[in-house]
Amino acid sequence: MKDTIRIGCGAGFSGDRFEPAVILAEKGQLDYLVLECLAERTIALAQQQKQINPELGYDPFLERRINSLLPFLARRKITLITNMGAANPLAAARKVKELCLKQGFNFKVAALTGDDVLSSITGNEKVIENNRTISESGILVSANAYLGIEGILEALAADADIIITGRVADPSLFLAPMVFEFGWTLAEQLGQGTVIGHLLECGGQLTGGYFMDVAGKQVSNPANLGFPIAEVSKNGTAVLTKVAGTGGSLNLRTVKEQLLYEVLNPHRYATPDVIADFTKVRLKELGKDEVLVTDGTGTEAGNLLKVSVGYKAYYLGEGEISYAGYDAVDRSKLAITILEERLKSDEVQEIRYDLIGLNSINEDKLNVRSFPYDVRLRVAAKCTSKAAAQRIGEEVEALYTNGPAGGGGCRKYCKEVIGIHSVFMEKDNVPFKVTLV
Amino acid sequence: MTKLYYLAHSRAGDKGNTSTLSLIPFNEEDYPLICEKVTVEKVREHLWSFLQGDIIRYELDNIKSLLFVCEEALSGGVTTSLSLDPHGKCLSSLLLEMEI
Repeated sequence: MKDTIRIGCGAGFSGDRFEPAVILAEKGQLDYLVLECLAERTIALAQQQKQINPELGYDPFLERRINSLLPFLARRKITLITNMGAANPLAAARKVKELCLKQGFNFKVAALTGDDVLSSITGNEKVIENNRTISESGILVSANAYLGIEGILEALAADADIIITGRVADPSLFLAPMVFEFGWTLAEQLGQGTVIGHLLECGGQLTGGYFMDVAGKQVSNPANLGFPIAEVSKNGTAVLTKVAGTGGSLNLRTVKEQLLYEVLNPHRYATPDVIADFTKVRLKELGKDEVLVTDGTGTEAGNLLKVSVGYKAYYLGEGEISYAGYDAVDRSKLAITILEERLKSDEVQEIRYDLIGLNSINEDKLNVRSFPYDVRLRVAAKCTSKAAAQRIGEEVEALYTNGPAGGGGCRKYCKEVIGIHSVFMEKDNVPFKVTLV
Repeated sequence: MTKLYYLAHSRAGDKGNTSTLSLIPFNEEDYPLICEKVTVEKVREHLWSFLQGDIIRYELDNIKSLLFVCEEALSGGVTTSLSLDPHGKCLSSLLLEMEI
């Protein structure tokens, strides 16, 4: 067992930048690298992919990210933990194994499954958001329970080098290696570990991303934003830092913002592992880009797991068109009046009109004389059929020759929208499984 | 009167139809002032067109910061909203427009 470990976060969402993880793996002196790539809805969309092709349904950037990291994982002996398995951790693990062998590395790759609980949903579960039964939400396309650390611990104990999961509570991806290395069992320890995981899970959001502005909150070299590392000690204290020479800033301000990010109750931040308490956390700046985190705590978790359920919500229809010059706003409003009449339909459930704009038409961008110089009308609607949704954009396009003067640059868009509702499920009804490939 | 923007910073987060807005004074000495001036009522009044539901204000004395948890704030929820900014990421900037 080690006394301290270094954990880096190389991605905070599926579409995150690629370079920071490579820099972390190469220069971060890491023991563990975590890539958190699964937003609330991602897994529902991935599930639809899997239905089309049973070997897909994992993160679309899996191959690119893994390929760029493999040489460093080998050279620096770093264990990789990621939820890029999305709806299909097994297929993802097989793909990763194939990539490893292609590069000449015989890594042990583990897949964690069990989060997919769609077949256990009865339809009578109460939706947390609206208190109705889940069957009322619509046709269900996915249901994934937020797993905790147990499965990852089992994979670590089996000596896996790369662990691919589906839905796992984000902080658990980070807490698992701490518990594995330090043998933590107390709720206080799990609480502090969850605080550290929560701070790391969004990657660049801890180091100046989603933070910087041009007045009071400038960060250095923002284009090369570096991602965070936590050096965690067995006693639970952690020093947050980043690789020297990378861009961004890590200080009391950035850490406070991330500590409170997406927290619904700072006294009771519930994960499958623990109910963490953020209100005792103490932060101290130790030096440039170094912040000490201590005193996070917690109480024992309940026996319910949160389950994200994807359902077919509606068809989105969108259209946009621009008007410029003196009476741009008036002509946009005229266009809205016309559309309100033309788009009347039982198949349109809700419609929204936005007027966007400052200087998207004007070539002389710095010399805006009137305000606003131009306006872009955006129409968006929830529709019950694809045809009705397509008609939204079609009617906006028809404004070219059937609407106010000087409408230009029409664009239209249509897609089916998957909504997410949450329900609870007993932990005992969600068995997990670790498979080595 | 001064804009909150000059005294504090903020980050918006989202969970379903709930928006979380932190409010963190640049100087910790301003924390009591922020606590006194930026009440739940003031926030509701300032962001009236967004905040339809209950608002809870948490006072985190440990990091001298406030957290507003605002229900029914995201036009029905991140995954189904028609808004250009379904996560309500821009709400933090609008909060800082408040004059105190």
